[in-house]
Amino acid sequence: MVTPAHFIALSVILFVIGAVGVLVRRNAIVVFMCVELMLNACNLAFVAFARMHGALDGQLIAFFVMVVAAAEVVVGLAILTSIFRARRSASVDDANLMKY
Amino acid sequence: MSQHILLAGPAAETTRLIAYWVLTILSVAAALGMILARKAVHCAMMLAVVMLSLAVMYVMLGAPFLAFVQVIVYTGAVLMLFLFVLMIVGITAADSVIETIRGQRLWAALGGIALLVLLAIVIGHAVIGPAAPSTSQFGNGNVTGLARLIFTKYVFPFELTSALLITAALGAMVLAHRERTGPKPTQRQLAQRRVDSGRPTPLPGPGTYAQHNAVDMPALLPDGTQSRLSVSPVLTGGPGPGGATAGTEPVELPPAADNGGQEAGDEW
Repeated sequence: MVTPAHFIALSVILFVIGAVGVLVRRNAIVVFMCVELMLNACNLAFVAFARMHGALDGQLIAFFVMVVAAAEVVVGLAILTSIFRARRSASVDDANLMKY
Repeated sequence: MSQHILLAGPAAETTRLIAYWVLTILSVAAALGMILARKAVHCAMMLAVVMLSLAVMYVMLGAPFLAFVQVIVYTGAVLMLFLFVLMIVGITAADSVIETIRGQRLWAALGGIALLVLLAIVIGHAVIGPAAPSTSQFGNGNVTGLARLIFTKYVFPFELTSALLITAALGAMVLAHRERTGPKPTQRQLAQRRVDSGRPTPLPGPGTYAQHNAVDMPALLPDGTQSRLSVSPVLTGGPGPGGATAGTEPVELPPAADNGGQEAGDEW
């Protein structure tokens, strides 16, 4: 029997993997992908909770998360390309002009 | 489709269980592969696997509309955007394996395990009940139900998202805009530059052999040697637009034999 708890457990695992990826990876694009993975994990939890409560509100929140994630990716990748144009590098270590 | 999956009964339950475990193993393996793969393109492919698995899970959870949005918006649009930016930034943009902060990976792994334990304890103590009795909201009436919610209860957040999308589109245009600092070269200047460069002809196209039909195969010159100019520097990781990132090995090619005036302008 597959209960919503199963899906919540999977979403926790995926969220943790995404968080570790954000901490470990150096390539800014891959860091973005890990953020997307975390957002997807949250969406899965929202949909599972919607199924558990028998209401559609959770699904709608997941839909809004998708919209915001799409906007975030557009702006984030535009920033990345402009940084790459200026520094010729996509590594998060090289964008340190505002350090200190 | 979704109504059929939501049907009760022992056979349907077994199907759901098998589907759940297959998708779970697939998505967790792909997610782990994503943070372990060195090449960014491989990471994008792994992310596509995770997103498609989640789309199937949405169908299992009675959200057919979200499943389609997941495939169209996430896997279709967002991931393609990632791949386009990877093309701009350079296909060879692999991560360096040198740790810039000492012990970073160890501490990241420890932090991840700590987060996992914390979330497991929280979820374990929370009361997550069984699924509510299935209604038409989770089947054929899913789109109607979502539309009713969007245009009644959540109409203001929905309008706000339109403002957000317009702002994001404007921001992307402003950020991607490149200001021209010098005068635009005329056609005469471009032609002069081409003649001055020592190679007035176009670069040779990639070679196609009997067994390989790929653009990274070098073309053969009349004397049988390979022309290294025929392969795009983006593919070989050599000097050139997009291929100048450190930490990658260029594709190994046998050194082009010097054949007199045939490739006098070669820099390779």
